[in-house]
Amino acid sequence: MKADISEKSLLQGLAKNDKKAIETIYKDNYNLVQALVINNSGTAEDAKDIFQEAMIVLYEKVQSGTFELNCQIKTFVYSVSKRLWLKRLMQQNRFNLSDGHEESVSVDEEMEEHEKRNTEFLMMEKAMNGLGEPCKSLLEAFYLQKKSMQEIASSFGYTNSENAKNQKYKCLMRLKKLFFSQYKNESL
Amino acid sequence: MDDIKLLEAVERYISGQMSPDERVYFEQLRKSNPEVDQAVVEHTFFLQQMNRFDEVKNFKAILNDTHIHLGEKGLIKAPRLKGRAKVVYLYNRYKRVAAIAASIAGITALTISALVWSLSPAKPAGKEEVQLLNRKFDNMNQKFQQMEKQNKVLDQKINDVKDQTASSDPSRYTYTSGGTGFMVDAKGYLVTNAHVVKDATHVAVQSSNGNEYVARVIYADADKDVAILKITDKNYKPLSSIPYSIKRSSGDLAESIFTLGYPRNDIVYGDGYIASKTGPEGDTLSCQITIPANKGNSGSPILNKNGEVIGILSKKENAVEGAAFALRSKYIIEALNELQKDSSYKNIKTPTTSTLKGKDRTQQVKTISDYVFMVKVD
Repeated sequence: MKADISEKSLLQGLAKNDKKAIETIYKDNYNLVQALVINNSGTAEDAKDIFQEAMIVLYEKVQSGTFELNCQIKTFVYSVSKRLWLKRLMQQNRFNLSDGHEESVSVDEEMEEHEKRNTEFLMMEKAMNGLGEPCKSLLEAFYLQKKSMQEIASSFGYTNSENAKNQKYKCLMRLKKLFFSQYKNESL
Repeated sequence: MDDIKLLEAVERYISGQMSPDERVYFEQLRKSNPEVDQAVVEHTFFLQQMNRFDEVKNFKAILNDTHIHLGEKGLIKAPRLKGRAKVVYLYNRYKRVAAIAASIAGITALTISALVWSLSPAKPAGKEEVQLLNRKFDNMNQKFQQMEKQNKVLDQKINDVKDQTASSDPSRYTYTSGGTGFMVDAKGYLVTNAHVVKDATHVAVQSSNGNEYVARVIYADADKDVAILKITDKNYKPLSSIPYSIKRSSGDLAESIFTLGYPRNDIVYGDGYIASKTGPEGDTLSCQITIPANKGNSGSPILNKNGEVIGILSKKENAVEGAAFALRSKYIIEALNELQKDSSYKNIKTPTTSTLKGKDRTQQVKTISDYVFMVKVD
């Protein structure tokens, strides 16, 4: 089927951070989710948060190499959004949610995985923010932007790459400590 | 093996930079030494965590851009940007197109004028008449200009009189008690607590870099404890658009929050969390927060992690250490709406988009501190 092929290429585009693919998925699905949230006492801002989180769930799924959904992208994003918004409502002690007759599928597995990843994301965010400068920039330069130790030494003003390496080691140890202390608390 | 060398070896092993011999040796070491094995496992996991964090962070930024972009083009039904945020967006988006269009227009104009010049007859008929008319126009123009000049002189005089009465020199008075205020419209409108400016005859605000400006209370509601000031000082130059937004809904229990204020002569940062959704004795105007607060903190903005203002720090609980109360942000919006009914303030804009989302705290605070002022009263 032709539709399946284009859906698959959209998902492959999403995995590669392709702007065009992201825009297409966004454009085709946002309004439906916004209507759902607004009809269930949310604001446009809430809708944006919920939809974007659902997009992250989809993103995580394709990042792990799964390009085959057992349903259409639309159904998937809608189902995840519905779960996310229901959860938000439950935190405010409201338990029901009315939707039109949109098709939805079970996304329990994805939600569980996403919860885990989201906690990890928040823990890393907290650890990174607690780290302070110049450590944060230094580690980002090395591990994320993949700069060489020489480049880092010159841009951060270390006399040689050996000094930069020592500094990087200290920073990494601190970051690990910040991260794993939360991680261990969480898994207890 | 010393730790730093071990880490280096582990990193080279993970990234596949080891020579085959070295690799074999290292793998044996891994088998015989559980500590080395543990280091490899842990580091692999940690690098994966860092990469995932970075990926999702970048993806979130793309999503935000996409949202604004599609909203502006009307492809999704999201509410559009308003005010300056929109101008900045349009400018960034269309500056290339505009530059190209402008240069094409320029070239076309030049070509046409060259054509007209080379093709028009040497002495067009009725030229004298045209010149006469032109002169008349010139005369009228001159008169207009004179009138404009006179107007300007008048304006200047009016301003002088105003300045004499209002006094633009903030240092003339000795200001005593004070609090904090934060900007809600870059044209010079600030929000603070009504109790901070109660009974004040003169008000001045001081920015984080020490500049002092004369201000005036233009709205105060003692029941809700909210007041709005306007900087009237002629030395005040409007800041660029407000980086934070004002949230209509209040935050969730245990949500982390932070504040910037002037408990002393310098700006001070504090962070905490929302402790209760109600204020003292079940008061629903405010919520209880746990944050370090002192007297001068009154009127400080309370922001959530996305850089959205969720309240104004207004009261402190003396009996409980660290407990304070924040007026819910929706009352800021209500106060501004009330004020907009007055025709002279109808152009006040409430900031609706936070540009701080996804940035780290240090950057957020750096940006926000330009918009948080010390409020001094006389």
